[in-house]
Amino acid sequence: MPAKTYVQTIINGEHVDFLCEPRQSLLECLRDVIGLTGTKEGCNDGNCGACTVSMDGRIVTSCLVLGVEAEGKEITTIEGIANGSELHQVQQSFLENAALQCGICTPGFIVSSVALLEQIPHPSEHQIRFWLANNLCRCTGYDKIVRAVQDAATKM
Amino acid sequence: MATVFIPSLMQGLTEGKHRVEIEGATVRQIINNLDTAFPGMKERLMDEGEIKPNISVAVDGEVTTLGMLEKVGEVSEVHFLPAIGGGAL
Amino acid sequence: MTTTDYERNMVLSSVDYKVVGTRPIRPDGADKVTGRALYGADFDTSGLLHGHVLRSPHAHARIKSIDTSKAEALQGVLAVVTSKDLPHEADESDATKYSRDNMLASDKVLYKGHAIAAVAASNPHVAEEAVGLIEIEYEILPSVMTAPNGMKADAPILLENLRTEELGEKTDKVSNVAQHFQHVKGDIDVGFADADVVVEREYNTVTVHQGYIEPHAATALWNNDGRLHIWCSTQGSFAARDALAGILAIPVSQIRVTPLEIGGGFGGKIPVYVEPIAALLSKKSGHAVKVVMSRADVFESTGPTSGSNIRIKVGAKNDGKITALQGYLAFEAGGYPGSPVGAGAICIFAAYDVDNVLIDGYDVVVNKPKSAPYRAPGAPNAAFACEQAIDELAGKLGMDPIDLRLKNAAVEGTRRPDGPAFPRIGCIEVLEAMKSHPHYSAPLGPNQGRGVAIGYWFNIGFQSSVNINVNSDGTISLIEGSTDIGGTRASISMQAAEVLGIPMEDVRPSIVDTDSIGFTGVTGGSRTTYATGWVAYEAAQDVARQMVERAAAIWDVEADGIELKDGVFQSKTDPELKMTFKELAGQIEGGGTVVGRASMNTGGLGAGGGSFAGNIVDVEVDPDTGKTLVTRMTAIQDAGKAIHPSYVEGQMQGGSVQGIGWALNEEYYMREDGSMANTSLLDYRMPTSLDIPMIDTVIVEVASSDHPYGVRGVGEANIVPPTPAIANAVHNATGNRMANLPINSIAIMEAKWKKQGS
Repeated sequence: MPAKTYVQTIINGEHVDFLCEPRQSLLECLRDVIGLTGTKEGCNDGNCGACTVSMDGRIVTSCLVLGVEAEGKEITTIEGIANGSELHQVQQSFLENAALQCGICTPGFIVSSVALLEQIPHPSEHQIRFWLANNLCRCTGYDKIVRAVQDAATKM
Repeated sequence: MATVFIPSLMQGLTEGKHRVEIEGATVRQIINNLDTAFPGMKERLMDEGEIKPNISVAVDGEVTTLGMLEKVGEVSEVHFLPAIGGGAL
Repeated sequence: MTTTDYERNMVLSSVDYKVVGTRPIRPDGADKVTGRALYGADFDTSGLLHGHVLRSPHAHARIKSIDTSKAEALQGVLAVVTSKDLPHEADESDATKYSRDNMLASDKVLYKGHAIAAVAASNPHVAEEAVGLIEIEYEILPSVMTAPNGMKADAPILLENLRTEELGEKTDKVSNVAQHFQHVKGDIDVGFADADVVVEREYNTVTVHQGYIEPHAATALWNNDGRLHIWCSTQGSFAARDALAGILAIPVSQIRVTPLEIGGGFGGKIPVYVEPIAALLSKKSGHAVKVVMSRADVFESTGPTSGSNIRIKVGAKNDGKITALQGYLAFEAGGYPGSPVGAGAICIFAAYDVDNVLIDGYDVVVNKPKSAPYRAPGAPNAAFACEQAIDELAGKLGMDPIDLRLKNAAVEGTRRPDGPAFPRIGCIEVLEAMKSHPHYSAPLGPNQGRGVAIGYWFNIGFQSSVNINVNSDGTISLIEGSTDIGGTRASISMQAAEVLGIPMEDVRPSIVDTDSIGFTGVTGGSRTTYATGWVAYEAAQDVARQMVERAAAIWDVEADGIELKDGVFQSKTDPELKMTFKELAGQIEGGGTVVGRASMNTGGLGAGGGSFAGNIVDVEVDPDTGKTLVTRMTAIQDAGKAIHPSYVEGQMQGGSVQGIGWALNEEYYMREDGSMANTSLLDYRMPTSLDIPMIDTVIVEVASSDHPYGVRGVGEANIVPPTPAIANAVHNATGNRMANLPINSIAIMEAKWKKQGS
């Protein structure tokens, strides 16, 4: 078995250090090593967005990032979106607009949407759809997700 | 009397009749009475005391899961259909 | 009921309820938006091992030998299993053998991806390495990939024991045709002789997958006391338990299935795949074992829905009255019998009241994974064919396509070709809603075309159980067994809340394991809001009856003098004697807790009469590239009564978008050797948010004849009309009839060039 590397990161505002094999993705490290299972695996090759996290302010598909690449980075996962016991406006808008059915894609969509609204506070429908195009949803047909993001934009 | 629809392949046993009136409060009674009126029907519909697995029974438009035990009303319709597999069932 | 005015996402209903029909936030909302909800792969337990599966690289082969010794010797490997670890009784029926062989192949592999062996190790990467060390000798056999090819006299035979069941009778014929059945109504020869106009065409659809974002995942612990506990993502914990009992030859009493949250299913998570493998690995290793599929495994090893070959012939008089309908459906079952051709045959002409009909259906095994249900299984294939033929007929008659359908529409009492007569249905209401919708008369731009279609799904009822515990603070704990894929915790809770006059927020739903609730059928077949909701209604009525008894005791009056009205228990004679549910709940503990329960079989296949759904869709086709954009789509569906309109709309929008993917892009792209070339979500191209417009919805409410609130299941019928509606739209945009799916840019350009003669 390959020797493990020691990695130090900041995850959701907290210093986190962990050991991982070089072949383990950041997604695997988050879920299986650190125990943060909110980020999901849908395809493991960057095509569904269920594993989306924010790394140094940029959203990435964590299945295509190696755990060792997270050294020194600041990472935000779905677990870090709410402010303590208070839901983020994006989370609240998703609930009020029924923008989830099975919910498996929801963590990825929320991380992506939060990042979008930080970049573009008042996005057009096209901008929302473009930004979210790497997050696949099979249940909702996207209509209510787009409306939830529009709703959150008006309230933030 | 319930109305029983006879599958085309079994109409040989009912002198070509497509629908017949049969007494019975359950599917079991219907099949027994059907067989009394038209001998040989029971053998076509049942296997070792149960409805053949490739046959479904629909009472009043709904395919039943209760098989022989399904209740049949005074003016019910009973159909024998090919069982369907592979659906969201 | 005719409908005239529309707003986006409008619900049309004549009865107002307090809770039913509102849009509260779902009870599991906080868990789902924070990442706390536990799905199959999130589960963890002490000493957990990880399983990896070896899957066949060949589409059709005999297994000559399996050598697992090198895998077993690898450091970190604790168990290796093959088909030898499954029971195989001497009198094993064909059906049982097929179900076991599909889990782990015994003598043959029948599709690329067919599971053969599995390894449990302390680390998933070690398990994967070990699988690579298993040595298997194959004798590769020729393969067959489509129904028409499977039916040919010289086709390679997949299952040596399979004998064709021909029109209800078992024959001695060895072939790949598992079943041929027929539905006959009237006399089509008479019908066609009577027709002024006839349309006849052949259509083909290809294999598509349900496309749920969450791959299959299960953890098994086969404990030292012989009890097997499974934690999995499933559409039916009781169905999984029954399947496991059959495959493993152990009594159901020894199995407990705990359903976790499920990341999409659409029918594909009704069958078991990784559960029996995890169970065997757990038994052999003595530890809990988790098995999770990769995305490629999902495509290659789980049931997609059938590719199909369908022929339609329709005849009508010049005034539009259809005199004869004929359908031929040949569906790919995959490696083992059981395609949804039967369901397709029920739905194909369901929207039409025609005197003379003949339907022939064929279930054909081919070297693809065994098909699994995909949202209204069989019906989208059937509608793709029928609704285009009807559209073509409308063109030949010079009739508006909706008017043609209205003229021949099925109504209550219409006898379907498969026999039963419809109870109250909303076919005409859906058609009228389509015709009067502003979308239908909106102007079109260049290179744009509009198409319509209608579809049907019969829905199912079956068995559910619900227990309700009344808490002293006036809330209720609602215990049920229906896994929640689309928001049914809410729709079920709302029905109980309505009975008791409490807000939905005072209902605490729990979805529990198979030891903790009575038998409950699958979350599928559009049954959950209908059946489990109905049973929750009955359980709440049971609570109400008991609460009335308590009120009677407290007020020292007769129970039959008390009624529950608008959430208040009050004496029929003395208006001063009244208490809200909450007040009464606070007083019951002295007399023992109130527990309401109900367990019901809510009807069979066709329960509630089924649901009709329609689409109006506009497409824009680029004349130079063939790229098709859906510019506008409206979904109309009869929901009977929309308990939670947002989630009904969600079902309609979701089904519509799956239909768009099915129509324009999705396909299993098969190579010559029977392998799938596009096993990633990049190349198996499902719609992204950028591909899709807003999907407007209109919920028509023609109450079902049995459910206490008139509910009709809505999950499935909405995926039936999109593919033909889009095909009809493309025809109107380009002038070409697209009889094969998918209608991608290649197909459109080829049709264009063919017409131009180049």
